[in-house]
Amino acid sequence: MKEYQTITEISGPLVFAEVDEPIGYDEIVEIETPQGETKRGQVLESSEGLVAIQVFEGTTGIDRNASVRFLGETLKMPVTEDLLGRVLDGSGQPIDGGPEIVPDERRDIVGAAINPYSREYPEEFIQTGVSAIDGMNTLVRGQKLPIFSASGLPHNNLALQIARQATVPEDEDSGEESEFAVVFGAMGITQEEANEFMEDFERTGALERSVVFTNLADDPAVERTVTPRLALTTAEYLAFDKDYHVLVILTDMTNYCEALREIGAAREEVPGRRGYPGYMYTDLAQLYERAGRIEGREGSVTQIPILTMPGDDDTHPIPDLTGYITEGQIYIDRDLNSQGIRPPINPLPSLSRLMDDGIGEGLTREDHADVSDQMYAAYAEGEDLRDLVNIVGREALSERDNKYLDFAERFEAEFVNQGFDTDRSIEDTLDIGWDLLSMLPKSELNRIDEELIEDYYREDAESVEAEA
Amino acid sequence: MSQATQDSVREDGVIASVSGPVVTARGLDARMNDVVYVGDEGLMGEVIEIEGDITTIQVYEETSGVGPGEPVESTGEPLTVDLGPGMMDAIYDGVQRPLDVLEEKMNSAFLDRGVDAPGIDLEKKWEFEPTVSVGDEVASGDVVGTVPETVTIEHKVMVPPDFEGGEVVAIEDGEFSVTETVAELDNGEEITMHQEWPVRQARPAAEKKTPREPLVSGQRILDGLFPIAKGGTAAIPGPFGSGKTVTQHQLAKWADADIVVYVGCGERGNEMTEVIEDFPELDDPKTGNPLMARTCLIANTSNMPVAARESCIYTGITIAEYYRDMGYDVALMADSTSRWAEAMREISSRLEEMPGEEGYPAYLAARLSEFYERAGYFTTVNGEEGSVSVIGAVSPPGGDFSEPVTQNTLRIVKTFWALDADLAERRHFPAINWNESYSLYQEQLDPWFVENVEDDWAEERQWAVDVLDEENELQEIVQLVGKDALPEDQQLTLEIARYLREAYLQQNAFHPTDTYCSPEKTYGILTAIHAFNDEAFKALEAGVPVEEIQAIEAAPRLNRIGVQEDWEAYIEDLKAEITEQLRELY
Repeated sequence: MKEYQTITEISGPLVFAEVDEPIGYDEIVEIETPQGETKRGQVLESSEGLVAIQVFEGTTGIDRNASVRFLGETLKMPVTEDLLGRVLDGSGQPIDGGPEIVPDERRDIVGAAINPYSREYPEEFIQTGVSAIDGMNTLVRGQKLPIFSASGLPHNNLALQIARQATVPEDEDSGEESEFAVVFGAMGITQEEANEFMEDFERTGALERSVVFTNLADDPAVERTVTPRLALTTAEYLAFDKDYHVLVILTDMTNYCEALREIGAAREEVPGRRGYPGYMYTDLAQLYERAGRIEGREGSVTQIPILTMPGDDDTHPIPDLTGYITEGQIYIDRDLNSQGIRPPINPLPSLSRLMDDGIGEGLTREDHADVSDQMYAAYAEGEDLRDLVNIVGREALSERDNKYLDFAERFEAEFVNQGFDTDRSIEDTLDIGWDLLSMLPKSELNRIDEELIEDYYREDAESVEAEA
Repeated sequence: MSQATQDSVREDGVIASVSGPVVTARGLDARMNDVVYVGDEGLMGEVIEIEGDITTIQVYEETSGVGPGEPVESTGEPLTVDLGPGMMDAIYDGVQRPLDVLEEKMNSAFLDRGVDAPGIDLEKKWEFEPTVSVGDEVASGDVVGTVPETVTIEHKVMVPPDFEGGEVVAIEDGEFSVTETVAELDNGEEITMHQEWPVRQARPAAEKKTPREPLVSGQRILDGLFPIAKGGTAAIPGPFGSGKTVTQHQLAKWADADIVVYVGCGERGNEMTEVIEDFPELDDPKTGNPLMARTCLIANTSNMPVAARESCIYTGITIAEYYRDMGYDVALMADSTSRWAEAMREISSRLEEMPGEEGYPAYLAARLSEFYERAGYFTTVNGEEGSVSVIGAVSPPGGDFSEPVTQNTLRIVKTFWALDADLAERRHFPAINWNESYSLYQEQLDPWFVENVEDDWAEERQWAVDVLDEENELQEIVQLVGKDALPEDQQLTLEIARYLREAYLQQNAFHPTDTYCSPEKTYGILTAIHAFNDEAFKALEAGVPVEEIQAIEAAPRLNRIGVQEDWEAYIEDLKAEITEQLRELY
């Protein structure tokens, strides 16, 4: 391994060095500053005689006398089952004071694409215990379903609730529910947020089945481009080699994208929308697509990335590109939050693309799809009418319209608003759905099969409501 | 991908620099768009720029670890696809490597690098049946024999376009592999079942004609309001979650094309898996055989190399043209052309080209129109008629249709199906906005519908459009004053429009019956609503209050026609009941 003291340029997170041997693209580099500090980096561009290096820990303290060592390999993550229960920093070093990690294997963190032919279509229902998700936007094993949130909203609480409650109802014979291993990748979150997560993990005992990677807000930004890859490499190992069902929570993807932009700007690349690099779609896809099931393997990787939308704007490149890659999205809504609805999930713009195949008879319940459809339509109608009420008042509306308004209110107050500590089974969720739908006359339930209406409709709902 | 033949010895070079998928080489003697093998692992790439001694290459595989000094080997051939029997029921990546073969060769569920495989099985024996005999004259493009490729598709073996043709001196039936000669001509040309064709070049055809036949999709809003022709072009733009992919899948399933080429360009892996798992189990409504038997899949998912994403569109259209030459009607779905455009942008920015609008290269419009222009209804070289219809999904950032890819696409395509996030949010699917969408094929297709479905097809459609337009205007007033402030006849119009939306425009892709709706049934539903309209207005004129008309029990049953298998009887019955219930009121 050759050492160079040939740095020619230092600019932002980038270091340029002259070399006299060929250096591989993406190779790992160690830079030792004159003060004896060692920083790690990665080759971003390699040409004859000159390489551009992106330094993970920031370039502070590097001068032209610093020595550069090329390690001759790309960045690898040491993986082992023993990682469960461990807390690591954003570049994969343990920070929990535990023993040294003895890896079974060292895996390339870039991760090859799963051959679409080898995938298995995800269709196993995950019960999160959150009605707005289970009932309306069902999550399945192997899905990638992001939470679209914004600053000041309780997306972390929701993520924790899901991590705590998520189970897959197994066969009735074994009577067991399988739990998830959680891989948690934090990028640029504050120490306080990190504490919140850690405390919850410890309190509920979830830490034992978790691997935590934390890159904090004051850790180097460039390191954030590596953290999710380490997390996903670990998740893939646990899922596809060790048969775990892994739930990966990545927060906050917005910080990750900011780091990408920073590197792009330092390299003087032609920027795409809002200054983000033109390859951001591909880059994000290389993370999000590392979820799924593989034919013939026990385990699965399910991803819940969290992102905060700048200015609550979902047309911003980060949520926009994410929405185009992921299989749906869950919206956290500011209005619902200020009304005290917990969790403040707005089901209307939310979506789970894999829902249709994961629900129904034998999976959840025969009426699931129809109930969900009907509630969507009814809630959308109620929401529309609210605008009208502001202008003409409730008295001016017909009886039918008033029913829809009532429906929308009870839908938020009873169906969505369950608190962060309530764990509802899918039966409970659907039963609450029928309670609400039975406020409407049968003839309005045009999306539900007639037989199901006969079986589930509550004839007494209106009288019950009247008494109340 | 094709095993390119090395006719001329060209000089090999060495890598000068590597930056993501863009590699430069020195000392390489290659032409523009030649395929090269890069580095010790032999990664496949294509020449995209030549400047003095420096050749720029886009690499179709991950370049991690590749460094300067490694060799670059030229094949002296442009990027080609292998054409021959075996392409139906196949699944390829963007450069036509069969993904099932790759899985086997790599012995892993993950895609490794540096593994190549021919697009069609070169060993497999096919049953060849000659259609010409010794002594016959054949020209280039002529069919010399057939091969039963799948239960549905009879593969026609043609004289390659670059052959001169002549008198057949030897031809025999029997079992052959695609590389074995099946016919010999007097000028020494030997015909095999295997052809190669450069993907960026359109295959020749005799004449392009005006399309006059619809590509029936089984989707009410498409066939009924915005039809596409066989050989036509359509764009489906929409924000995420509005149902582009479901619409594309529906078309791939139910469109009455002979062949479907489905290009998953930079989209989700699980979506392709869904197609692979679903299609073999679904029956083609035309033949009753499995859908997969007429389908070729090209899957270059979003996390697969970006350069291969750029080429997958061309791979798809070349395969489509090849089947068109046999006289088939081919439908190509490209999901999504925005990802293709982004791949161009990514490569272009790595080349440090001067960007056009929003960072896209200045040649974006030219590439898009070149691609869509390869669609059409053709007379093929051998005098048959065949067509390629192209349906491209567009994913505009933020759902904003004013962005360059949507705008440049709209300048070329003749059918526009605008997907709408608002409709999707209220679960009105397919979420195609009927006010914004259009089809310029309507008039040239009407005669077909008149002849094959019903005489007043166009008039009925116009009636529906008028009612929906009126609803659109009335809704603006309703937003201000409420529905009850409207005069009764307008309230009734709103009610009729609601049934048009719910019973006619909406269609449940996941319902076993409703997922496909024949043009006859499409027409039937429309006339049922029209009949209700006529009776309801008669009742209104006779003095019946609008609330009572709305309340009749039979009307909501209009919404259930879609899910009826025996819809003809159901509609007759329903019409009679509606009439009876309305007449009772006065």
